[in-house]
Order: sequence, then C-alpha cells, then structure tokens
Amino acid sequence: MSQAAATTHYTSMGLDSRKMGFWAFIGSECLLFGSLISTYLVYQGRSVAGPTPSQILNIPVTSISTFDLLMSSLWMVLALAAVQRGDMKWAKVWLLGVAIGGTIFLGFQFYEFSSFVREGLTMQANLFGCTFFILTGTHGAHVTVGVIWMLTLWVRALQGKLGPQHAMTVEIAGLCWHFVDVVWIVIFTLVYLLHK
Amino acid sequence: MEHAHAADQPHPVEHPHPTAGTYIRVAVILTVLTVIEIGVFYVPVFHPVLAPVLLSLSAVKFAIVVMFYMHLKMDSRFFTFLFGGPLLLAGAVMLGLMFLFGVLTLGH
Repeated sequence: MSQAAATTHYTSMGLDSRKMGFWAFIGSECLLFGSLISTYLVYQGRSVAGPTPSQILNIPVTSISTFDLLMSSLWMVLALAAVQRGDMKWAKVWLLGVAIGGTIFLGFQFYEFSSFVREGLTMQANLFGCTFFILTGTHGAHVTVGVIWMLTLWVRALQGKLGPQHAMTVEIAGLCWHFVDVVWIVIFTLVYLLHK
Repeated sequence: MEHAHAADQPHPVEHPHPTAGTYIRVAVILTVLTVIEIGVFYVPVFHPVLAPVLLSLSAVKFAIVVMFYMHLKMDSRFFTFLFGGPLLLAGAVMLGLMFLFGVLTLGH
C-alpha cells in the first residue's frame, strides 16, 4: 500500500476527508464573496464623485483576462487527468501552464489597477473605488494563493514526489482553482458587463 | 499496524472523472458562451434584455464549471450539499441586502 493511500482518511460515507473539508471551506468562501459582491451592488451607482464604472472599465482587456482564466481551468483538469493516468510529463506541462495562466491574469489585474489609480480611481476616491478594489483585490489574492499552490505541485512533480497516488492532492488544488474561476464568472458579469 | 488501521476504515467511494475529450468540449462551450456574453454587451439591440441574458449565460457557465471541472455531477451528492447550501444562503443574503437597500424593489 502506498504512503498516500495509507494516510488517507475516509468518512463514514466513504468520502475522502480532505476533499470533504475543502468543499466545506469552499462553501464558506461562497459566503465571503457573496457579502463582497452584495456590498458592491448595494453601493453601485451611489458615488457622489467620479470616476464612474462606465468612464473607467476596460471591457476588451478584461475579456482577454477572463478568457485566460477560463483556459487555465481547462489546463487544470488536463493536469489532473494526466496525474491520474500517471503521465507525469504532461502533468508538469499543464501544472506550469496553470501557474503561468494565473500569473498572466494577475498581470492584467496589476495593469488594470495601476491604470485606474493613474486616472484617479483609488479606494478613497468614491464608493465604487472602495467596493471595486476590495472585491477584485480579494479575488486576486485567491488567484495568487492558487498560483503558489500550482508552482508547489509543479516543483514536487519535477522532484519526482508527485505521482498517481497523489491525484487527490491535485484534485483538491484544482477545486481551489476552479472556484476562483467561477467567482470571476460572476464578477465579470455583475461588475464589468452590467455596470451602471 | 498502519495497514490494519487503513483496513478498518470505511470503503472509499470512487467516481470516474470525465475524459480529456469531455474537458476540451466543455472548454469550447465555455468559450462560445463568453464570446456570446461579450457580443450581447456590444450589440445595442440586446440592451433592453441585457441583464436577464447576461445573468442567464453567467449562471450556465457557473453550473458547467462546477458540474464538469469540479466534478460535482459525478461526485457524492454530499459535496453538492456542502457547496449548494452556503451558495443558496449567499444568494439569499445578496437578494435580502439588495431589497433592504432599495437596489431591487417589488412592484413599482
């Protein structure tokens, strides 16, 4: 029996306890992002000073970063499939791809934030600035954690310490990654496409 | 000892995951839906129905990622409960706050 299988604990329902714990964590994250999105929507259109969303949001640039994040989710499941079938060569390629995709997304966010600040939108400028930076900044912090997690898995794969017996470890990292993707799906629609 | 401990544990429930081909088909669908979203945003004729169309497309994309990439379609329903319960609660809190602050109103 492998070390990973020997140390795995299953619940009375036969579910992996790590996976169950992570799903419970994701549930709590739904409440965190729900509260941040609510705050953004409640204060939407109530800023007494500019810049306003329609003056400042750059939809073409954000569409590209959205596509990038979407593709990184595909690479994540391909990495998991590669680990499950023991194809570590492709697992390394896809894991690095996810980390690079996430870094590109963060680069777009850095570009967006710095251009907004240059145009006068800061957290102190108005209600839009405050709620926008907190919401998208919290999401960006989650992407950063995801990128670090992917790089850790990639390094372990390079060292030969990641194999099919660690598929659940990769699957749980994937849950984290896909969650930031689904949160961005909501943010892209509510903040960028349905702005006032 | 470790072997005996592992043998005492409940039997793991394993569910087969989709193939790489399914993952790629899902990515194509998600890309097409995203292109439609952006297209709808830029075409003035859709502006009267912009909110319902974009929210529906977003909900479909959300569901597809959760079902296929996060494997909720194949995994134990208990994971769906762990995720869906707080998600519904978050949605209810959002709607409650939006009604409370007058962002959404009933009737007039």
